[in-house]
Amino acid sequence: MAAAAPAAGAQSRFEPALMRRKLTGTIFYGACVASIGLLLLALMALLADVLVRGLPWLDIDFLTSMPSARPARAGILSALVGSLEIGLLVAVLAFPIGVAAAIYLGEYASDSRLNRLLQTNISNLAGVPSIIYGILGLAVFVRLLKLGPTVLAGALTLTLLILPVVIIASIEALKAVPNAQREGAYALGASRWQMVRQSVLPAAAPGIMTGIILAMARAIGEAAPLIIIGAFTFVQFVPNPISGQYTVLPIQIYGWAVRPQDDFQGVSAAAIIVILALMLILNALAIIVRIRLSRHIQW
Amino acid sequence: MTSAPISLAHRRSIGERIIERLLFLAVALGIVTTIGIIAVLAFQTVEFFLEVSPIDFFTGTRWSALIKPQAFGVLALVSGTLLVTAIALVIAVPLGLLAATLLAEYATPRIRTLVKPILETIAGVPTIVLGFFGLNFIAPQILRPLLGADNIGTFSALNGGIVVGFLITPLIASISEDSMRAVPRGMREGAYAMGATKFEVIRKVVFPAALSGIMASIILAMSRAIGETMAVVLTVGTKPQFTFDPTQSIQTMTAFIVQISIGETAQGSLEFKSLFAVGATLFVMTLGLNLLSGWVVRRFRTVY
Repeated sequence: MAAAAPAAGAQSRFEPALMRRKLTGTIFYGACVASIGLLLLALMALLADVLVRGLPWLDIDFLTSMPSARPARAGILSALVGSLEIGLLVAVLAFPIGVAAAIYLGEYASDSRLNRLLQTNISNLAGVPSIIYGILGLAVFVRLLKLGPTVLAGALTLTLLILPVVIIASIEALKAVPNAQREGAYALGASRWQMVRQSVLPAAAPGIMTGIILAMARAIGEAAPLIIIGAFTFVQFVPNPISGQYTVLPIQIYGWAVRPQDDFQGVSAAAIIVILALMLILNALAIIVRIRLSRHIQW
Repeated sequence: MTSAPISLAHRRSIGERIIERLLFLAVALGIVTTIGIIAVLAFQTVEFFLEVSPIDFFTGTRWSALIKPQAFGVLALVSGTLLVTAIALVIAVPLGLLAATLLAEYATPRIRTLVKPILETIAGVPTIVLGFFGLNFIAPQILRPLLGADNIGTFSALNGGIVVGFLITPLIASISEDSMRAVPRGMREGAYAMGATKFEVIRKVVFPAALSGIMASIILAMSRAIGETMAVVLTVGTKPQFTFDPTQSIQTMTAFIVQISIGETAQGSLEFKSLFAVGATLFVMTLGLNLLSGWVVRRFRTVY
């Protein structure tokens, strides 16, 4: 890619002040590297700070105890179970709806005004702040449908929040399937649905599953909408999915972080380690699923 | 959008048509969600405006929802939000663009596989964790020693802005990288052939050609910063005030909504209703920016 320079040292009219220009370039390259270095440094500082504060508080008891007013006895069982319940419910709800919507937009929709409107609408929804979904969930699920501040209401709210992300990721996965795959299915006499179901979906599955798992991680990390719809910071029992109070990890972290005592910052950091570990597991799962599912796909 | 090369017209069974309708229903849920959001915000905001004049709301600079005498001048919250957003952009735009340039123009595939995960990890960290980092590290370890403990407290707009800037950097980097990669190789080689250095190619060929995507990424990041909640709640404080001094403790629109939700506010009260008016303001601002970014991409896209 380098510019084809004439013989070294030659001062032709084509390279006035070449040394200075190259120096500018080197400085710019240095700035690019420095920016990544700064980001890496900040990330390391974050992880180090959390580990130093949190590790002393992290043990099996921390994972298996309920929150307590005394930091030494505080645990995250109710928050951990709440987060897992919400994450699973969101995945179960968002998977069929998201994939169906993506199939319609990617495989069925013609290029009509209505369909373009639907597509634009999905991308705009992806940009709505999560806290606004909390306001929607409060009005519709908690009050109108009278679900109350339950795990179910929270999961429904977060499902609406992550659906646009799932749909967009799934459409991308469908688009990546080559047209020959579709034409081959049609050539064998398949109907459109048979073509989608048996030819396109299996080929797009790795991309779709990755999208779902990452969306699930996003849902588990969300706190703002759940605060609006009434998740609590202090729950002394394992939450029932359809009735009663609940809390989730990010809200538990928030509840401890706003307390002035240093010990609670430590407990909060320990909960952060748990949620980051959960994110790491989900990301690893996404990679494994992608590799396993794409093993038989070749084109 | 794909059509069969050989169309077996009129062979669609009833089952096929039912499936298509069902798939359409899933897409229609998106429209229902949009209508739901607008209806909820509009309905509750109108109720709020029956008690507080919209003129006072949009032009007032004092916000005091929880302490009597009440005042609902949303500019106090909007200014806090914009202050945090501006600081975030000052940090994230150079960092994000430089990172994107490194990835798109300089990095070998091997370096890419090392650098890309850094950005993806930052993007994947729950925002409450970044708020915790601002509260427990950036304020006490960096800002207060650097600026003097008398000049800046634990909670400040600057603290919030730094944290939010950190979290929107990957967004700017990834969209800008994509649009820089989309610039055809031939354009770069044309510039090289005329004797340009690598930096000159980047500055005079790649950046201008990728400008629509870069602008769109910055606008989207701005919208994201305005709507960011948990990172801000832990870092900016709870003191709504109309100020543009970054060392002050302030309150953003999102932080106010959280404060009302988490407190013991009675559901029918005026301060509770103000939550929806603030939410509507936030929604209109972010939607406007999202539409603008789409327009920028369409209007200024370079077609090769």
